[in-house]
Amino acid sequence: MHYKLDIDTNIENILNDVGESIDAKEVAYEVSMGKRDFLRSAAAVGGLAIAPGVLLYQTASAKPAAQAVSGKQRWGMLINTNICQEDCDACVTACNEEHGLWDLGRPQTDAQWIRKLNVKDKQTGHVTSLPMMCQHCEHPPCVDVCPTGASFKREDGIVLVNAHTCIGCRYCMMACPYKARSFIHESLEDQLPHAPRGKGTVESCTLCVHKVDRGDNNTACAEACAKDGHNALLFGDLNDPNSEISKQLEKHGGVQIRADLDLNTGVRYQGL
Amino acid sequence: MRELLVKYLSYLLLVITLTFCAIGISIVFADGPADIPAPKQKYNEETLCVEPVEVMRKQHFEFVLEHRDKTVIDGIRTKKHSLNECINCHITANAQGEFARYSDETHFCASCHQFAAVNIDCFQCHADRPEEAIRKAMNPNQTVDHESQKINNYLELSHSESQ
Ligand code: SF4
Ligand code: SF4
Repeated sequence: MHYKLDIDTNIENILNDVGESIDAKEVAYEVSMGKRDFLRSAAAVGGLAIAPGVLLYQTASAKPAAQAVSGKQRWGMLINTNICQEDCDACVTACNEEHGLWDLGRPQTDAQWIRKLNVKDKQTGHVTSLPMMCQHCEHPPCVDVCPTGASFKREDGIVLVNAHTCIGCRYCMMACPYKARSFIHESLEDQLPHAPRGKGTVESCTLCVHKVDRGDNNTACAEACAKDGHNALLFGDLNDPNSEISKQLEKHGGVQIRADLDLNTGVRYQGL
Repeated sequence: MRELLVKYLSYLLLVITLTFCAIGISIVFADGPADIPAPKQKYNEETLCVEPVEVMRKQHFEFVLEHRDKTVIDGIRTKKHSLNECINCHITANAQGEFARYSDETHFCASCHQFAAVNIDCFQCHADRPEEAIRKAMNPNQTVDHESQKINNYLELSHSESQ
């Protein structure tokens, strides 16, 4: 299965917000040196490798099924773009398979919970490859604008759409700075039990909420990345100072894309 | 006059008797077509289902509705009133090893909803069969044709207009 870059509508807008113009038809983005601040570059993090296996064997604390989620945790993800491979889309494939997202052969409307972007620095020719998905903002604009309360943030920081109350107005899709959300345009069949989806509602990355609640302490994309030996994605609890993700963040830092919006995203990037 | 009344009353009696017969017959059939596969297991010997069967017949939707909000909003994943667990237990394979879809009258939920003319939309989004059955049936190219065509036409139209 191959992934698609929804070039016209995605990062182009992010770039336009800071006055950058790009050729939307090109797969590799030409981003000039001076304007790179749209990705809020941090100090270079060279060769930061997360030991193989760390992702899978983090101390998992499965919550009892009857217990409601709480603000004690804040789930997040750390993405190391120095490790992320330009030609790899294992995370995208894994997400699609995990949630039964089918390519209907129509890139304009196909659901896209995670996508790969390749950003090329014009000056140096260096290509940065990164997965982009819902950033699970602490102050999510999608929640602010939702007229029904369907777009909501769980206590543990995961931003979801409650499809039972979503009226399909797509206001949240307009509000999301990361173009992270998709709308389901047609009737579906054979949805998976843990990933109900249906026509007329909006959806986006759930941070594998069904896996989180099961105590897997990992997401399908991060598992796939580790399985391919890359380990560029690290899932974990940002509130737990002893979690691998917190340790890595403390030691090496991690930036937010469009940090200027002050959304305090749960998904952080290294190497941008 | 009196004769007329007797005649009228006996007609009435006949109509009432026939109506009750019809109801009686339909109640017998309300048990559903005989080929609805049995649930996987009894919840316990006493109540059979997660609540007593009479309660479930009348109120199952109240239980799943309450559980739905707990699950979506609070991440509570207990199995007792979970729709997925209803499906996992009640939707089993028939003698040919096939799982009914909600659109089939031998689907446990549909068998009663069709009889009672209840129209629900749970299964527009939710799985109507256990995961293994769905994974087997999954068709990566599934779309509902006329809808797909409509969307394609619209996209082509707006594309050509914008040029
Ligand atoms: S990234 Fe977009 S969809 Fe996700 S929480 Fe932020 S605004 Fe909402
Ligand atoms: S599409 Fe649904 S989730 Fe998004 S703003 Fe409208 S009602 Fe809320």
